[in-house]
Amino acid sequence: MSNRVVPVAGTVFTTGPRVSIVGPIASRVEAPSGNLLHVDDTELVDRIRGGDEPAFTELVQRYHSTLLKVARYFVHSAASAEDVAQETWIAVIRGVERYEGRSSFKTWLLSICANRARTHAVTEYRTIPTDPNPSGPTVAASRFDQGGGWRDPPVPFTEFVEFRHDSAALVRSVREAIGTLGDPQRAVVTLRDVEGLSTEEVAGLLGLSEGNVRVILHRGRARVRAIVEAATKGTGL
Amino acid sequence: MRLMAPPQVCREAVELLSDYLDGALSRRVRRRLERHLADCDACGAYLDQLRATIAASGKVTPEDLAPETLEGLVALYRQFQLGD
Repeated sequence: MSNRVVPVAGTVFTTGPRVSIVGPIASRVEAPSGNLLHVDDTELVDRIRGGDEPAFTELVQRYHSTLLKVARYFVHSAASAEDVAQETWIAVIRGVERYEGRSSFKTWLLSICANRARTHAVTEYRTIPTDPNPSGPTVAASRFDQGGGWRDPPVPFTEFVEFRHDSAALVRSVREAIGTLGDPQRAVVTLRDVEGLSTEEVAGLLGLSEGNVRVILHRGRARVRAIVEAATKGTGL
Repeated sequence: MRLMAPPQVCREAVELLSDYLDGALSRRVRRRLERHLADCDACGAYLDQLRATIAASGKVTPEDLAPETLEGLVALYRQFQLGD
């Protein structure tokens, strides 16, 4: 087959605007079997070279939402971020034979995404977001007394009833809180704390200095902590 | 003799804890913070919350995709395979 881009369910992959397709949907996607959850990226990449659909499906499920967050950091709309994420997967499908594993798959994938998103941002004349309040305090001033000591001291999350016996509840709460962050905090917290990239890698992907990444990360983490604390406060210790 | 910096207040200490957990503070700043943490249970609790937040972030699983998004991408993958 040529490299002509083909219509698939929902969207046509072209360089033009997004077009919705009404018509036959691609045949059912086989859900990856549960055991793929524990297969590492390298193994999945090997399998997708051989046409393994469940392996590809698993990689998409693993990374698509992160691709959207990275893309959204650069582009102006959710729809545009979807385009970037889709283009990224197309580049993976086309380029996987050439991927030599010198960097991790995750790093390779996210670099493709960031590069594509940058290109989109240029055509959109998008200004990259900056932290709206880069130097203010991250903990409400009302929590401290005049001398700067705690007036309303925090309590470890493990002492909250809802988290004491259910650590999954804290993970759910943190996930929700990250979802409410604006950019650039959401992108930085996702890459650094959810995906586990180093500060240096995050800086490289987003085109920020490491110092900037640390400041944004500090503010994003503090915000997530505050949201989780606020959501649980008053429900008893 | 070097002058000791004045004791750190909690309001300042909390702004350093993310960098502290990432090992990004200078030795001087870190030592001053650690002196504060040694005496301050409330900032210790804050640090604990921050640690728990970061640990929980690492356990966040990917959001579920819209089935049509997934189907669209897999169909594309299939097309490329068939075209090879």
